[in-house]
This record gives sequence, C-alpha cells and structure tokens, in this order.
Amino acid sequence: MGAYAAASFVAWFAAAGFAPWMSIIALFMASVAVAALLAPLVERGLLRVFYGRDEVLLVLVTYALFLILEDATKLIWGANPYFVSAPYALFGNVQVGEQAYVGYDFALVVVAAVCGIGVWWGLNRTRIGKVVLAVIHSAEVASSMGVNVSRVYTFAFMFGIFLAALGGALTAPMISVQPGVSVSVVIVSFAVVIIGGLGSIEGAAIGALIVGLARALAVHTWPPAELFSIYLAMAIVLVFRPEGLFLRVKARRI
Amino acid sequence: MKRTVWFGVSLVVIFLIAGLLLPKWLLFLCTMAAANGVVSLGIVLLMRGGVVSFGQGLVFAAGGYAAALLSNKLGVTDALLLTAAGGAAAVLMTAPFAVLLARYRGIFFAMLTLALSMVLYGVLVKMDALGGSDGFTMSRPTLLGMKIADAWSGYVLYSIAVVATGLLSIGARIYFDSSRGLVSLAIRENELRVEYLGASVTRVMAANFLLAAFLGGAGGALAIMALGHIEPNFSYWTTSGEFVFVAILAGHTGVLGAFAASFVLELVRSFSSSYFPNTWQMALGIFLLIVIRFFPRGLGSLIKK
Amino acid sequence: MSPVLSAKSLSKHFDGVVAAEAVTIAVAAGERVGLIGSNGAGKTTFVNLITGYLKPDAGAIELDGRDVTALGPREIERLGVARSFQIPQLCAEMNVLDNILVAAACGGEALSFWQPAHTAQTRERALALLERFALGAHAERRVAELPGGIRKLLDIAMSLTRRPRLLLLDEPTSGVSVEEKFPMMETVMAAIAGETHSEGTAVLFVEHDMEIVTRYASRVVAFYSGRVLADGAPATVLADADVRRHVTGGQI
Repeated sequence: MGAYAAASFVAWFAAAGFAPWMSIIALFMASVAVAALLAPLVERGLLRVFYGRDEVLLVLVTYALFLILEDATKLIWGANPYFVSAPYALFGNVQVGEQAYVGYDFALVVVAAVCGIGVWWGLNRTRIGKVVLAVIHSAEVASSMGVNVSRVYTFAFMFGIFLAALGGALTAPMISVQPGVSVSVVIVSFAVVIIGGLGSIEGAAIGALIVGLARALAVHTWPPAELFSIYLAMAIVLVFRPEGLFLRVKARRI
Repeated sequence: MKRTVWFGVSLVVIFLIAGLLLPKWLLFLCTMAAANGVVSLGIVLLMRGGVVSFGQGLVFAAGGYAAALLSNKLGVTDALLLTAAGGAAAVLMTAPFAVLLARYRGIFFAMLTLALSMVLYGVLVKMDALGGSDGFTMSRPTLLGMKIADAWSGYVLYSIAVVATGLLSIGARIYFDSSRGLVSLAIRENELRVEYLGASVTRVMAANFLLAAFLGGAGGALAIMALGHIEPNFSYWTTSGEFVFVAILAGHTGVLGAFAASFVLELVRSFSSSYFPNTWQMALGIFLLIVIRFFPRGLGSLIKK
Repeated sequence: MSPVLSAKSLSKHFDGVVAAEAVTIAVAAGERVGLIGSNGAGKTTFVNLITGYLKPDAGAIELDGRDVTALGPREIERLGVARSFQIPQLCAEMNVLDNILVAAACGGEALSFWQPAHTAQTRERALALLERFALGAHAERRVAELPGGIRKLLDIAMSLTRRPRLLLLDEPTSGVSVEEKFPMMETVMAAIAGETHSEGTAVLFVEHDMEIVTRYASRVVAFYSGRVLADGAPATVLADADVRRHVTGGQI
C-alpha cells in the first residue's frame, strides 16, 4: 500500500508542478496517509474484535486481511506496474574509488538507521515508549494503573503501519510497483525478525544485515540461490538459536 | 473402530453410486474437492495439535510432481499406486524438516512452513527440466492394469478420488480417536503438562507433520491425475492459503467437514471466475474473517450439533 | 536400603538471587515429607530442580542411586517421578475424564496411532481413579467450568495415573478455603494410599498451613532463602528456634 500510495503521490506532485525534490516529501506523505487511513480502520474495525484470542487465529486474521488488501490494491491501482523514478535520481551518484553508487541508496541507509535508532530511543527512553512496553507486558496491570490501553494499541499499530508504509514508499523508486511485491516482503521481513529474535530492535537490525549480505553474496556467486540464501541464513541461525539471536528472558510458568 | 470403518465404507459406496448420476462438470468439481480436501484434512490434523501450516502447497506440489514424474519417466501409471507414491514422496521431502519444525508454534510454524513452500516454488520455476513456470502435462493414469476409456474417464477419476480419500479419511478418523490423537489435542491446550506426564511433545508434533505431509502428497497426486497438468503454482502461497481456508472452514472436530468445506470452495471458485474474477481473493478473505469471527470452531461444529 | 531421592548440595542462582544453596535432602520410600518456608524460600525451585524443569548450577540429583541431574522433565517422569502444580496444569477445553485418559496415555509405553483412547478398559480405570478423588460425578464436565478446588484435585489425580515412586505436590491446598483444606488433604492422602507404588510412594508436599503439615507429614524440611534450615520430625522442626523466627513466625 505504501509503495502504491507513493506512486500516486509522486505522480500528483509532478502533475501539480512541484519541484522534483518535493517528491521526497511526497514519499513521506504517502506513508502518513496510509497509516492515518488504514490503521484506525483495521485496528478499530477488525483487530479489536480478536484481541486476546489465540495467536494462530490472529495470524489467520492478518492473512485474510492480506488477501483483501492485495485485491483492493489491484482494484484501486490496476494490475499494471508503476514506475516512481523521480526521487531515485535526486541524490545523483556518489563516487567511491572506482565504483559509482546511486546516492538514493545511501540516503535510504541513513533513513533506515534513523528510524531504527528513533524507535529504540522512543521505546526505551521516553514515557510513551515505556507505557507501550508496559502494555505489551501486561495489558491488565497497565490498565489498572490508569493507562488507556486501547489508545496505546491504536497508537502502536498506527506507528507500525506507518513504518511499513514508509518502507514500501521508500522502496517504490527502486522497483516496479506491481501486484505480488507484498508476498516477498512478508517472507523476507519475517526472516529478518526471526534471525534477530522476536521483539528486539537490535536483533532486527542485525537480522536485516545478515539477510542483505546473504542475498548479495548469493547474487554475486550463484544468482539462482538468491532466494535460498535467505532461508539458509535463517535455518542456520535457528538451528543454533531457536528463538533468534537476541532472545528475551521468558517468565517462569510454574 | 469397526463402526468408523463401516461408516466410511458405506459413504464411499454411496458416493460411487451417486457419481453415476452427476453431470460431467460436477463430477470433475467433486474430484478436485476430494483431492484438495485431503490436503486440508492434513491441516486439520495439524490444527488438532495446535499449529497451522501455511505451506501445505509444498507437500501438495511434492506429491503432484512425484506422481507426474513417475508416470512420465518411469512408466508407473496405476492411479492408486501413484496416489500412495505422491504421499510417500511428500513425506520423504519434508522428513528432514520435521523435527526442526516440531519445536515451533503459532506464527513461527506458519511462516516457516510458508517459507519452505515458497523455496520449492522458486526452485520449480527455475527448473527447466520440469518445465519451469509452465509446468508439464501428464498422461491419463491406468487403474489396476486397465486403460481408462475416454467416455468413462471422468467417472473413473472421480471413483479413484472417492476411494482414495475414503481410505485416508477412515485412517484419519481412527488416528483422531487414538491415544496419540487425544494427546495431540492435549498438546494444543497444555504442552507443558503433556511433557510432564511423560510424552514427547516434539515427537508427537513431528509425526503429525509427516502424517499431514502424506495426506498433502496424496492429495497432490489425485489432483494432478484429474487435471493432467502440473505447474509450480501448486506450491505458491495462494494455493496453501486456500487449503488453510478450507481447514478453518471445516474446523478441527471432524473429518467430513474438510470435504464439505472443500466442495464449497470449489463451487464458489467455479462461479467466481465468471462473476467476479478480480476480487476472488478479497471474497475469500472476507469469508474467512466471517468464519473466524462467528464460527471459531469451524462450520464442522455446526454439522455435528 | 538406598533412598528413592537423593539431592546432593544443589545450588541455583537467578541473577544474584539465591534460589537454592547447598540443598541436600534424601527421601526414602513411603516417607511423607512436608516442605515449609516463606514465599521465595526455594520450595518450588527445589521441586522444579528435582523434576528437571530447572538445571542446578551445582550439585547432583539421584533417583534410586541413578544420576538424573542432566535429564529433562519427560525422562525424569519416566523414571517414576510425578508432580502436581501450584496452578493446576490441565487441558481446560477437555472434560475431566479425557484429562485422565491423556495422563494415562502419556505415561504408557509408545503412543498408539490406532488403539482408541476411549475403550471400556481405559474408561473403567480412569473412572476408578476419579472415584478415589471423589471426582466421579464431574467426569463429563469441561474443566474450564469447574471450581478451583476440583481442578486442584484433578491436577493431583493426573499425576497419580502411573503410580509414581516419588510424588511431588506443589501447594496442594493453596487457593482452597480453610474449611476445605483438611477434607481435601484427607482425600488426596487416601487416594495416594490407594494408588501407591508397590514399594511405597514417597510424597513430598509444599505447604504453608502448619496444622496440615503436622497432621500429614512424617518429616518436615524447612527452607529459608534457598537453604535447608532444619530437617527432621515435625515436632522437632517446628519447635526449632530458627524455624520459629524465619518460617512460622512464632505461630503454633
């Protein structure tokens, strides 16, 4: 959704005659728009009904949602691919030694780092973040301490959607936006989270690096194994650390 | 156990007779419903242990490709033999992962199985020897050494599917009622206690995974025999998703629910392609949400009461 | 005769918190040992160490002279050690009878793929066990609908299906009202006597109520901050000055 919204926003900005550098703002606005529109709808209208139910059930709910949104994007944007090349050219090329790199790629790394550090800081060093952590730990206790749990849920979900949409929007200039891009993202991001360990931001960062390096290595040495390399990395980590690299301490159950 | 067998056998006979009266299109639809229903029955079996596989397309494809290759390259054409071989091939293929996967639950299990099936999809698409993304065709199977005449092919393929799924369903029912089946249900609820009572949760889950793989592989073989053509899409995530859909619709209480739900899906699919071809997934998703919301134990729980 | 259970200087620390320190306890067949101590004294940790849920940092555990320190809960159960839980660990969506059948199936030889779980024989045995716990009337009830005391009894009944050599009861009467405690212990002890191992089941129970301890224990072990404070006959231990100061708080 983020990628598609980005395609539309960039196109609108171009049509309205804004300067090319404004297309970067279009990307951010697209993700904000997706989060603002989609998150409350999904969270209030749908997920709310299923809170507290089995985890497997929530997987199914999100799967159903995935099916619905996949078709919804096709209905809204059609099945033809979109190209959002305007922002990609903005940062020019960067010369490092003999090699030329696209500036946008560097910018992306910076944005990712800023997002990661920002989320970590927000969760661990601010009041709101601590409240979110408390709600994750025990919604009941948090609620009895005067936390508006339902608002925290909505806020956290909206922020999650925003990050996901931002990821889509920032990726849009580098790919052709078409139906089916979502599945590959789901699987890759799941691999990242699993390698890092569920619920760990440091883990996600390292997981992403490992997946990225594994892919790059495969592409350079033996391209057909690109897809494999992700799962191979994941499998190796899981064999040695079934809960991922950064696992959390579990509470005693008995 | 005796009652289960008698009940199952009489149902098979009833379906065999009823098949003589069905029009050709419905016969084919029922054949596909039976083949896909067996795969979903495998997911139902897993659900009884508390996990859902989003990658049963993997075993479905494994069984289908195995049957098609055996028939094309090695000249094994007997339909019942191919069905069993499809199941066996799927078990062999998933066996290395069984113990690893048996340690995972919930979203981990779902996504790991999904990942496995997508790896197979990726491999199949790139394998030119297996026809790449176009797949390849398989000639019509034989039954007990006899060639199947054109005029009767629809009915014979239907009968093969009915008999094979009938046998597998009887087996599944017996398994559900067994002590191991009961312990599976207990694992779903409290695996810590099961481990403390002296049973190996990992071993039960691994065995369930392999049993489900056999059902999926057999279903794949049955499907390819009816379709006559196989392609990597067998292992694609949407295929797996439909199996999950049917299993959820069926609920984990019974065996017959899987086939009823599978029939409903095939019926809706055959109409949807003409009436709403572009929103097929959306319709599935909305329907799935409704089922989860209002019939958490599946439609199967309605039939029972 | 060698003891059934022999724990030798077990130690376990959690991030600097001492949960067990040089705990040495030997239990003989047929003994009824009451474990007492305030919350956090290390009673449940001891039970968790014996049953393999936790691994000791140091020390060794022997069952019938065999070292089992490295084994997990399942292997230890297979050697005849059963336990109940402070918070009953049941299959809440199943009925009472099925819970017992699960326990019987898990404890049996290999789990069968085709032998039915419900047969005249298995049902009869399960119902007989339920009768000992006065749970026969609830056999067909769903566990989730039952009150806490009944669940507590069912939890203990499940741990008895295999006639263990050593039975560990973690606070069998917690969460049960004062007037129900004695009848409940009466039922449990009578049931254990009825389902006892041929060589006599040794019972260890964690308990806060000193009257119950005095009535049902043949021996008492008092814990204080992970250590064994006193070990011996109930009257001796409960009269001990340290135990009075740190555990019973001068009551009795």
